[in-house]
Amino acid sequence: MPSTSKMVPVPSRAIIPERDLNATPILEVSHLSVHFGGLNAVEDFSIIVGRTEIAGLIGPNGAGKTTVFNLLTKVYQPTRGAILLDGNDTAGMNTVQISQAGIARTFQNIRLFQSLSVADNVKIGLHNQVKYSTMSGILRLPSFWRSERRAHDEAMELLSIFNMQHMANYKAGSLPYGAQRRLEIVRALATRPSLLLLDEPAAGMNPSETEELMANIIKIRDMFQIAIMLIEHDMRLVMGICEGIAVLNYGKIIAKGTPEEIQADPAVIEAYLGQKKEA
Amino acid sequence: MQMKLKLTGTKRTRGNAITYGIVVLAFLLVQIVDGTGNLTSSLRGQLVPICAYIVMAISLNLTVGILGELSLGHAGFMSLGAFSGVIVSVSLQESIVSDPVRLLVSLVIGAVIAGLFGIVVGVPALRLRGDYLAIVTLAFGEIIKNVINTLHVGIGRNGLRISMTDQASLNLGEGGTVIIQGPIGAVGINKTSTFTAGIILILVTLFIVLNLVHSRSGRAIMAVRDNRIAAESVGISVTRYKLTAFIISAALAGAAGALYALNYSTVVARKFDFNTSILVLVFVVLGGIGNIRGSIIAATVLTVLPEMLRAFNDYRMLAYAIILIIVMLTSNNDQLKQLIQRATSIFRRNKDSRHKGEESTHA
Amino acid sequence: MTFLSYLISGLSLGSVYAIIALGYTMVYGIAKMLNFAHGDVIMVGGYMSFIATAHLGWPPLASVLLAMVVCTALGIVIERFAYKPLRAAPSLAVLITAIGVSYFLQNAALLIWSSNPKSFTSIVRLPSLKLFDGELTVSSVAIVTIISCIIIIIALTFVIGKTKIGKAMRAVSEDKEAAQLMGISVNQTISVTFAIGSALAAIAGVLLCSAYPILMPTTGSMPGIKAFTAAVFGGIGSIPGAFWGGLLLGMIEIFGKAYISTELSDAIVFSILIIVLLVKPTGLMGKKISEKV
Repeated sequence: MPSTSKMVPVPSRAIIPERDLNATPILEVSHLSVHFGGLNAVEDFSIIVGRTEIAGLIGPNGAGKTTVFNLLTKVYQPTRGAILLDGNDTAGMNTVQISQAGIARTFQNIRLFQSLSVADNVKIGLHNQVKYSTMSGILRLPSFWRSERRAHDEAMELLSIFNMQHMANYKAGSLPYGAQRRLEIVRALATRPSLLLLDEPAAGMNPSETEELMANIIKIRDMFQIAIMLIEHDMRLVMGICEGIAVLNYGKIIAKGTPEEIQADPAVIEAYLGQKKEA
Repeated sequence: MQMKLKLTGTKRTRGNAITYGIVVLAFLLVQIVDGTGNLTSSLRGQLVPICAYIVMAISLNLTVGILGELSLGHAGFMSLGAFSGVIVSVSLQESIVSDPVRLLVSLVIGAVIAGLFGIVVGVPALRLRGDYLAIVTLAFGEIIKNVINTLHVGIGRNGLRISMTDQASLNLGEGGTVIIQGPIGAVGINKTSTFTAGIILILVTLFIVLNLVHSRSGRAIMAVRDNRIAAESVGISVTRYKLTAFIISAALAGAAGALYALNYSTVVARKFDFNTSILVLVFVVLGGIGNIRGSIIAATVLTVLPEMLRAFNDYRMLAYAIILIIVMLTSNNDQLKQLIQRATSIFRRNKDSRHKGEESTHA
Repeated sequence: MTFLSYLISGLSLGSVYAIIALGYTMVYGIAKMLNFAHGDVIMVGGYMSFIATAHLGWPPLASVLLAMVVCTALGIVIERFAYKPLRAAPSLAVLITAIGVSYFLQNAALLIWSSNPKSFTSIVRLPSLKLFDGELTVSSVAIVTIISCIIIIIALTFVIGKTKIGKAMRAVSEDKEAAQLMGISVNQTISVTFAIGSALAAIAGVLLCSAYPILMPTTGSMPGIKAFTAAVFGGIGSIPGAFWGGLLLGMIEIFGKAYISTELSDAIVFSILIIVLLVKPTGLMGKKISEKV
């Protein structure tokens, strides 16, 4: 499903959807770099993402894409550069604070709470949205009952996005692969993010599942009015729903633009030469 | 893959009710047997220790099963609770005359002291990984045992006095009582623990642990156990919840220790050593890691078993060891498990035919 | 002068801990399990040597050999019947089984030899060394212990580094499946590791009892715990770590007893362990394993 929004160049920087022009970009990254030992895993990475943009981060294997996600979520602390989330500098924040500030993510290798139920996984996502104290939980005070009811209802509502409500009591680890990936997205959405990072959401999916995922991602964006950045190798998905795309190779950005621009870019084609291009 | 149904809200409540029910039932059963005069004196002497070990097992299961961290020094918290409980009980002998009330105060103080040390141990230990965390908890357990073993504590005109060197330096003055005498331990304790108190402590422990597990904090703790990185990514503070579980676990162990100590007239620090920590760990593993009800059953059976094996006399500990090994092998080795399942298949035939329909729908 | 004598005692005790720790660390590195029963194999070694010397009248070297042979066989049997079936089981299950084996050994020893302490005749019959005009007396046991430890660590480093079986051990500890695909017999390699570890335990048992000549079924327990902490403290899985960890632990224990307090020596040893682990969370020589996110 091709996106129909128009992309506009922002002076001296990247491009964001026209509809987001009047608001602060949700993400402004400048000159982000991280070194591991002697290796420059990510070098001089800069990007701007509009408030409701679906952005794509692509590149050959090992290009540093997941490392960028890890930098954004402070799993690694950058050695250089700034990350502004909704205009606020995130320097010095840790992963927990970033989540509270509004960035949520899924993982390349699914990281669900395997022994817990589907519903519990989502409720854990709601941890900072529906709160009550430990003491309240132990003593079963009224706030416990109220909040648990609310958490249950919200979890069911979130699961209904992917029609997963009937699986609420299944053990997360026992779900089929595709369902596990969807559950991870639901859990991330539960944290009420303003920016959702999806790491290879279509991995291991067949064409019809990928179609469904593409529709769902757009549905999520429209429903929650959030920005989504995704790492993907499936070019049909990327070119189909992403509005702005950044191409990474050896830790550096080699191209930025709309899907049309990227597909025609000689540097991108060269980087992918020898790599299997997925139709 | 099999879709394993998990307990829904109402099923879980039923499961918990059964657990509480088992405890209450056991209490009533013991009272009846005792009433008819059939309770052997050795078994009667075991009642309070069993309660203490049950609480120890449940609290350790909170750390090992729910939080997912191996603790090899749990007896240290028991020890802290035991000796602080004794100190409180002896010190307040004049002011609080009622035994049950004094026992309650001792249990509470024992829990508080152990809980505080839970912070002391937890803060450094919980930032370490797996085996290293286990070693640090072991180390703390040994340190606690060693230090208490050199402690002299007494109460006199000037209040509570503590000395690391000897009794004389306590300077208690006239009418003072020495509570702890270094390696000799605590002597002359007024026994205030009762089986009823033990059962109540178990029920309170269940209330705390089961409610914790089935609450927002419990979910957070289990999230940390299942996937620390994912837990952080959804905004859960790993340190905070690890500490929460650890402290509650330590406090409950402290209460268990106080209950245990106030059941005897003499208590020594050496009793709460690495072997005791291991003993409780065996209860937890055998009862099922994360299985609270299992901990209760395992702690009871494994404490009573050596007594019942008395007939074998010298061979009973050997038999205990062999049983332990065999149970571990059969429950964890698939081939052995299948062997046993085939052997008992005669009894299962009816059950299997009912499940056939459900199984075939799975890919 | 007293300092030197403490130093030698510390090195001697540390050597015993190091030898025991090597067994723990090798087994952990290859089979990824904590062999809880290791301390009790030491005790068996002690009793074997005791029987050989006191009841059979054998010469020292022969009794050591007997201890080594029995312990090696014991280690292989334990591995084969109690641990091998649990290779795929969660590590906690293996730990508890190892505890069961430990209980078994202790209680079997109790039944066979009773809890009466046995007086162990030292296997080292040499006179003590008098240095510095008789001001410093160094016991021959201490010298033999330290030298044994050095020989063992050199031999072990050679075996691990240069021999085929050593390479197999390293391969299996890195990646069991890959090693198997390369044609290495994982079963055999693990058996050999347990064999070596148990043989070392026998030596440690004999040396320990020669220095502290009281032998009981529980003799191996505390040294086992301490050596185990030394192995972790040095970085579990690391052979040099076990060596230095053991030596350091022995020295801290002796110096702690000498200069601070005899009663609190255990507390001191374990406190230092905790402090070191806080500074170096994976042990002195442990590798930092980072998780892929």
